[in-house]
Amino acid sequence: MSLNQKRRVFLKGSLAAGTLGAAAGLLTPGAVLAAWNKNAFTSKNIDEAIAGVVGDPVTTPSKDITIKAPDIAENGAVVPVSVSTNMDGVESITLLVEKNASPLAAVFHLPKGSLPDVSTRVKMGKTSDVIAVVKANGKLFSARKGVKVTIGGCGG
Amino acid sequence: MTISRREFVQLMGLAGAAGMLPGSAFAAAKKPSDLYEIPKFGNLCLMHMTDCHAQLNPVYFREPSVNLGIGPARGKAPHIVGKNFLQHFDITPGSIESHAFTYLDFDNAARKYGKVGGFSHLATLVKRLRAERGDGNSILLDGGDTWQGSGTAYWTRGKDMVGACNLLGVDVMTGHWEFTYLDKEIITNIGDFKGEFVAQNVSVNEEALFDYRFPDFSGFDEDSGLAFKPYTMKSINGMRVAVIGQAFPYTPIANPQRFIPDWTFGIQDARMQSMVNQVRETEKPDLVVVISHNGMDVDLKMASRVSGIDVIFGGHTHDGVPRPVEISNKGGKTLVTNAGSNGKFLAVMDLDVRKGRLKDYRYRLVPVFSNLLEADKDMQTYIDKVRAPYKDKLEKKLAVAGETLYRRGNFNGSFDQIICDALNKINDTQISLSPGFRWGTSVLPGQDITMDHVMDQTCITYPETYRREMSGEEIKAILEDVADNLFNPDPYYQQGGDMVRLGGLDYVCEPGQTMGKRITNMTLDNGSKIEAQKKYMVSGWATVGSKSPGRPIWDVVADYLKEQGTVKVKKLNTPLLIGVKGNPGIAS
Repeated sequence: MSLNQKRRVFLKGSLAAGTLGAAAGLLTPGAVLAAWNKNAFTSKNIDEAIAGVVGDPVTTPSKDITIKAPDIAENGAVVPVSVSTNMDGVESITLLVEKNASPLAAVFHLPKGSLPDVSTRVKMGKTSDVIAVVKANGKLFSARKGVKVTIGGCGG
Repeated sequence: MTISRREFVQLMGLAGAAGMLPGSAFAAAKKPSDLYEIPKFGNLCLMHMTDCHAQLNPVYFREPSVNLGIGPARGKAPHIVGKNFLQHFDITPGSIESHAFTYLDFDNAARKYGKVGGFSHLATLVKRLRAERGDGNSILLDGGDTWQGSGTAYWTRGKDMVGACNLLGVDVMTGHWEFTYLDKEIITNIGDFKGEFVAQNVSVNEEALFDYRFPDFSGFDEDSGLAFKPYTMKSINGMRVAVIGQAFPYTPIANPQRFIPDWTFGIQDARMQSMVNQVRETEKPDLVVVISHNGMDVDLKMASRVSGIDVIFGGHTHDGVPRPVEISNKGGKTLVTNAGSNGKFLAVMDLDVRKGRLKDYRYRLVPVFSNLLEADKDMQTYIDKVRAPYKDKLEKKLAVAGETLYRRGNFNGSFDQIICDALNKINDTQISLSPGFRWGTSVLPGQDITMDHVMDQTCITYPETYRREMSGEEIKAILEDVADNLFNPDPYYQQGGDMVRLGGLDYVCEPGQTMGKRITNMTLDNGSKIEAQKKYMVSGWATVGSKSPGRPIWDVVADYLKEQGTVKVKKLNTPLLIGVKGNPGIAS
């Protein structure tokens, strides 16, 4: 089964169940999520937002984290972003959009044994780095990738 | 020493590059049999055309005098123009090839050598090469931007070109402007196309997959989610050749998403790598090539990151590059080409492929001079038939060119200025904006400007014009955005068009700056400074986000031209450039 197909089945399943928070956007009302971290998600400051989720803003850049996102977004309102890593003991994956007014976009808490491979869509107001913070075995790692948001048109 | 024409042409073939001989040898080349005698080499031949933009008839096309390379691209192919170009590629000044590849002495040389391209002349060349290489020893690849760019393509929704390509015998193609028709029209056109349409970087987006509107389309693969067949295998002289397609990655950004809401694009170089690996493992090919609409800078970067591709046949950026660029990557080497535009060139690559390896090759980017190649009768009959219902309208004389009219170049060409002036005049606006497309043919001084020319410059499926107020800040944001699409030092963030064209507005541009800092000193034609908060009346066309309310741009331009009699550009709104002194990508 290909990756795309898996994702499709997953998405279908999540729509049917209507309770999976992992595909952000499927579940919008904050009230549904019992443990919504309001302070972190509304923070305007990126360090505060990271610290609000994982306790510490200091992370170590890692090449073992892969961020898949378009180089130029087709639609800034729904930019598909996937984060995966080959690290062991991943506890959480946090996704931030550096230049968004509220940078924190999503937090994925991974139960033991989960495959550290998550996807969501983020809203991006303007060109920015997307940052992924991976917490593995109590340690914090990060990676970033630039995504350009353009007015569009005028291409030849 | 005199050499026979035959020896001369063979010499050129052996060198794999053009222009090793004095211009006189070419000047003497009156008979088609000379210029187009391309020595056979190796065991298979790949012909490649790209970005013809639906030019069925011969045209004039002036190459750019400004094609700046910024950052690592500075001074490297394809960012070299004029004399620097001749020097870089060892082309004799004043030769027919100098005319084909550069803007130098354009008017005189165009009169001397005549028009370029035209499908009936191209067909003669293709047939001849096919016959010379022998049955089954060659294929013809098309890099796309084939179904758009002329009045007949627009009115037939690309079908005239599908028919012409079927007659020409295009074996495999990919696309960009093909995707500016409605998705259902694209699907039908691909169905009518007798060759194969390939694109590894177009998938059906996840929402659309739930209830996809084209589930029975043969190119669609439900498992992978790909909207089109990613690659095809061709047997050429007993060799297995994989042809992978790469459509223009930024189609839904540079062009309207609303016509193709179900499809998502992107460069997808990780997928390209896995595609190449999969093809190499499962198909056991002797050769792997890509037909790409990335644009040359993106192709050069992709070739450095993806390994296992023998040749990338590129288009989109309309660069007529006489020699392939060899790029090293961890799998070895990949050749990257770009084959110009508007039907002006046919690329001919003869390859020596043995035991699954590319041993050696010869490449020529052959200019198609319509005076030197007899028109193919079947193709000409077809073209005449296609044009017949529109002939009177298209050949209607609107004005006379008072100077050379052209578009191609990083900033306003003279034809762009006419379009911008027409918008300002007809819509009574202070500032006009016109897209920096790279297609659009040229008109010589004294030549009649016909509706054909206007359609060549403006023919898109979202031609509606607008007139509205914009603040100085908004105008600057547009200029900065487009400038970054052109001059971002990382090719993956470029879109491959040229700078937006302007009427009534001057500015200073520093291409080497970063986004937001390239554009300064914006002034109106009367010299007054543009103020960030002040409102200005602006007109334009080709809006990507939603349909504009105004008349199609070609009607606006035609009305303006009819008032002019003889058209001359009063003032070219081209920016003052900073930091490009000595850059080989700009005429000195």
